[in-house]
Amino acid sequence: MQPPYAITLDVGSSRANKTGAWRVERPVYVDRLPPCNDACPAGENIQRWLYHAEAGDYEAAWRQLVDDNPLPAIMGRICYHPCESACNRAELDEAVGINAVERFLGDHAIARGWRFDPPPAETGRRVLVVGSGPSGLSAAYHLRRRGHAVTLVDQAEELGGMMRYGIPAYRLPRDVLDDEIERILALGVEVVTGRRIDDLAAEKEAGAYDAVYLAVGAQIGRRTEIPAGDSARILDALSLLHQVAAGDPPLLGRRVAVYGGGNTAMDAARTLRRLGATDAVVVYRRTPKEMPAHADELADALHEGVQARWLTTVKSFEGGRLVLEKVRLEGRDVVPTGEFEELPADALVLALGQDSDLSLVEKAAGVAVEHGAVSVDDAMETGAMGIFAGGDVVPGERTATVAVGHAKHAARAIDAFLRGETLAPPPRHPLATFDRLNTWYYTDADRQRRPELETARRRSTFDEVVGPLREDNALFEARRCLSCGNCFECDNCYGVCPDNAVDKLDLAASAAAGRHYAFDYDYCKGCGICVAECPCGAIDLVPEVI
Amino acid sequence: MTPTPIRFYQVGSFAVGNRLLEEELRTVQSDPRRANSLDRGHRACQGCGEALGARYALDAAVRATGGDLVAINATGCLEVFSTPFPESSWRVPWLHSLFGNTPAVASGVAAALRVKGRSNVRVVAQAGDGGTVDIGFGALSGMFERNDDVLFICYDNEAYMNTGVQRSGATPPAARTATTEAVGPEPGNPFGQGKDLPRIALAHGIGYVATATVADLHDLEAKVIKAMARHGARYLHVLVPCPLGWGSQSRDTIRLARLAAESGLFPVFEAEDGIVTSVRKIRHKVPVEDYLVLQRRFAHLFKPERRDEVIAHLQALADENITRYGLVAPEEVEV
Amino acid sequence: MLRQLEGSRAVAEAVALCRPEVVCAYPISPQTHIIEAVGALVRTGKLQPCEFLNVESEFAALSVAIGASAAGARAYTATASQGLLFMMEAVYNAAGLGLPIVMTLANRAVGAPINIWNDHSDAMAVRDSGWIQLFAEDNQEAVDLHIQAFRLAEELSLPVMVCMDGFVLTHALERVDLPGQADVDAFLPPYVPRQVLDPADPVSIGAMVGPEAFTEVRYLAHLRQLDALVAIPRLAEEFATRFGRSSGGLVSTYRTEDADTIVVALGSVLGTIKDAVDALRDAGERIGVLGITAFRPFPTDAVRAALARAVRIVAVERAFSIGFGGVLSTDVALSCQGLPASVHTVVAGLGGRPVTRRALEAVLHDAAAGKLGRTTFLDLDTIVVERERARMAADRRSGPMAENILRDLATSAASPHAEEGR
Repeated sequence: MQPPYAITLDVGSSRANKTGAWRVERPVYVDRLPPCNDACPAGENIQRWLYHAEAGDYEAAWRQLVDDNPLPAIMGRICYHPCESACNRAELDEAVGINAVERFLGDHAIARGWRFDPPPAETGRRVLVVGSGPSGLSAAYHLRRRGHAVTLVDQAEELGGMMRYGIPAYRLPRDVLDDEIERILALGVEVVTGRRIDDLAAEKEAGAYDAVYLAVGAQIGRRTEIPAGDSARILDALSLLHQVAAGDPPLLGRRVAVYGGGNTAMDAARTLRRLGATDAVVVYRRTPKEMPAHADELADALHEGVQARWLTTVKSFEGGRLVLEKVRLEGRDVVPTGEFEELPADALVLALGQDSDLSLVEKAAGVAVEHGAVSVDDAMETGAMGIFAGGDVVPGERTATVAVGHAKHAARAIDAFLRGETLAPPPRHPLATFDRLNTWYYTDADRQRRPELETARRRSTFDEVVGPLREDNALFEARRCLSCGNCFECDNCYGVCPDNAVDKLDLAASAAAGRHYAFDYDYCKGCGICVAECPCGAIDLVPEVI
Repeated sequence: MTPTPIRFYQVGSFAVGNRLLEEELRTVQSDPRRANSLDRGHRACQGCGEALGARYALDAAVRATGGDLVAINATGCLEVFSTPFPESSWRVPWLHSLFGNTPAVASGVAAALRVKGRSNVRVVAQAGDGGTVDIGFGALSGMFERNDDVLFICYDNEAYMNTGVQRSGATPPAARTATTEAVGPEPGNPFGQGKDLPRIALAHGIGYVATATVADLHDLEAKVIKAMARHGARYLHVLVPCPLGWGSQSRDTIRLARLAAESGLFPVFEAEDGIVTSVRKIRHKVPVEDYLVLQRRFAHLFKPERRDEVIAHLQALADENITRYGLVAPEEVEV
Repeated sequence: MLRQLEGSRAVAEAVALCRPEVVCAYPISPQTHIIEAVGALVRTGKLQPCEFLNVESEFAALSVAIGASAAGARAYTATASQGLLFMMEAVYNAAGLGLPIVMTLANRAVGAPINIWNDHSDAMAVRDSGWIQLFAEDNQEAVDLHIQAFRLAEELSLPVMVCMDGFVLTHALERVDLPGQADVDAFLPPYVPRQVLDPADPVSIGAMVGPEAFTEVRYLAHLRQLDALVAIPRLAEEFATRFGRSSGGLVSTYRTEDADTIVVALGSVLGTIKDAVDALRDAGERIGVLGITAFRPFPTDAVRAALARAVRIVAVERAFSIGFGGVLSTDVALSCQGLPASVHTVVAGLGGRPVTRRALEAVLHDAAAGKLGRTTFLDLDTIVVERERARMAADRRSGPMAENILRDLATSAASPHAEEGR
């Protein structure tokens, strides 16, 4: 029976009415650069690997991570995680413990024996990598993954550079270091240890290398003129750390001063405590605020009983007495006050910075050295064609993570160079700022903390201080990620549209579109609710062009 | 370190969906196969809270009943924007009769289904606040008193929006409407006794009474689904902001609903068999001012000069709700 | 089966024979006995299956019926007077939605002043609503019209109002022949709705229709009512065949063959009119009666045919349009356009005032003598009227009219109705 005219209507017939014509602004899906990714010196896509970790797919997370950084277990221990300093969640409660999750993934991978994918094909091109610290190892890794033959040369007996000889074992256990190095070498890297290269250009020539990556680091401790008696025991922090790492710790006595305020100074002071120093005193000419050392490092040092003298310089060291002078700050300038004091000390450790030994490039035409660092262009290439450099030998912040980032960038550039191309980095998305988030939708969740070794045990052993997250709280921590600026499939836009003008795409359609949702602009009225209610700020409202 | 329950994912229970939750724990709205009871192409204003509320509620009811559902609709915005000849936006069987008789029509439908032996087909009646607290009030009370097998949903946007924003019995004090203009010594809607329909419904002793907002989908859907699991008269009162009538940005519809609940002005609770059994606690308490200031209907409280005593009066109403329903966890009350 | 029954009870039993599935009611005199009786039949299980709903108003009563009908159930309710007006919006709505509800209207005056007694003001107030309106002359016809009404309503998908005079019929004990269930079942098949709320085949009922289609919708409703002009006599005929008596139809005539004067009326007053006509016939006057059973749709052609040879037409009406005059007369006059007869209105029996044979004979005699005016109010107490008009002219605050008149009646022996003490 036909229903009555006009009074009774067919269901869903309103689809004939294209309400999209009302719209003056349209929502568009965008991808923004999350601040963690932006801040990561190694160029990790942190948000993306967290995304996989959130699902408990740790292998996918790890593989995503090692696309950029082959040393997650190491980074999860020694990186100073600028990602966390940038994390938007800090404005909500506390930053996501990215570093802890990274370490969890790194350890998980070691425990599971996950290996890197071998290169798809060999290119037949040969690259010399000089230096096996984080930068050299990472470069070797990235180049091998691209199919280039790599020869890795280091003057030390063992690979790892500063990671082995500079960073104390309580921060980076050596088995972790060995495991991650071994996994890189398993890609098929020719390793030459205990060999010092004196002339890089000649070496390149002789070895018929197509390219070179120079990453010898900064291994020479800086000295300063301190009047000292014959009996005064003075050594630099790097030597101290190297000797401890090599299993041959020097005997320095019970009262040792460390001169300097960087991370190496902290490493040295904390190491001294473990070697039995009752008084390990850091002498620094500025205040904690100006210290180059990471705040966590200072806190740990103080926690472990390290003492500190701020606004103080060392004038002389004679007869078991350090003469210290109080100074004051005028801006950045340190001004002596003429006030002196004495500090009894058995030894003085200098941690005043490091320099690179760049003698190997003295004869390399085109390689410029300025202020003790190798000049490179945007592609990490020196003035000599085919010779690239990164890590502590080039200007910039000297951290392992930066070194890893240099290596990735340089490896890409070397790869492009070997293929006769120029590296064209993709444009960066605009930053996903906190004000774009609708934080209402995120559950309140406290940051998960890693366990730490009891203080008492830190005085006698080099056991690792910071413990791991368990799987459950690592997962929890990963899930604290806000996914700033990038859709994480919360379905809000699909749900909150009063006009039902958002389609949720099936697997095939979303794969094709590169998104999980699509606006049906035939019906979207442009109210903007999806924009306002997108938790992560991944939708923009843009004026309709009329 | 206390272990944290692992059922937590970024947006926990607040967003529409969650790729990591088991499907049965996700909202109906996150389901690509949801009914879309109110389909696209309807003529609601941009940012309409009622369109949203209606789809939320009916889709949940469709899920709860396996599609054995009939909807009865009062005259009003929802009816007008969904069924202007020759187009209907509904995908469920739907009947509109009049403005004030919706509960009775629904009773009739329920009676017919019962007598036909089709009690598996369930009845949802829906109306705006005018159709509920004013013109439909008598019929609603009758339906409650007879305990007819109807879930009645009021989409409360706090005025007669369809006719051009006139005051209703649900209009809050101080709000400007076309019949309570913001002029004279006491601009806006006078402070009266209010007409708290959820409590009036409770007084009827019906089996299920609840309030909800479009800002908490999980809560709203759970209530609809719970309501549909019961028989007899049931009442759900849903706050649905109206950008046109409230003078708010269309994008702020959900935000305003959230602020209404978080300020305490709109208490979100649930009562079974006459007893309040659960209360949606305020998560981040906000002063009523945060809510008021986004709406032009309250603009006269801030310009040309602030009317602190009126704002304080409204705050007192919110605080009264907070006390009555215990909307704030005890440790937060002391602060 | 022949039984001596109160009209309300008889109608209730007839309704029950029609197996309504949803009955809803709100009490109002003089309808109460009908719904009380239906309610008892449901309670005792004689009417089953049936949902009987006691609702909170007439508006709800018809609204429940609307819902029930839209959901595919046969729905019935009853009301009167104020109750009909209170449900007015739903009355129009049921017709507009084309829902075949049957409703008994126990005709009663509409206040103020409040008055519970019989006239047709209520029915006339909703004549344009789109309902089919059938008027019963006596209780037997009331019974029979209800059975036909369900069939008619459902055939056409239109609501039908069966009008029976309050008290005069509803409360009168008469001999009534109630048909058997089997015959009613054979006459009235189960309800097959034209549209229904069904999850298996969803539709949206009750759309908003704008200027672009409203006229067509209304015109279609009109055509459907005109269809009833064919259906009503057909059903009456079928009813007569099955039940052995004629009932219903569009109109009925009595002694009109050679009549110069024809009296037109609705409902129970036809009985008194027929007695008066018999007396006038005995006195040699050529006079007859046209009873109108179907007032809506108005049977224009049947009325015109019946009145074709009349010289004068007297419409005896139990309602009138204040400020104009006759209601029925207007319809009759328009139906007789171009015919020679003059049309006179006699307004009679308002608010339950008895329409006596004596008064009718007098006015019809005047009519036959050509002395009847255009509009006459039967038994109007002009003294009372004049007194009140004088009071109103003298004093702006002359007091409440109804009370003044009652006081006058109590003190005035001259008034013909004083002794009745109402």
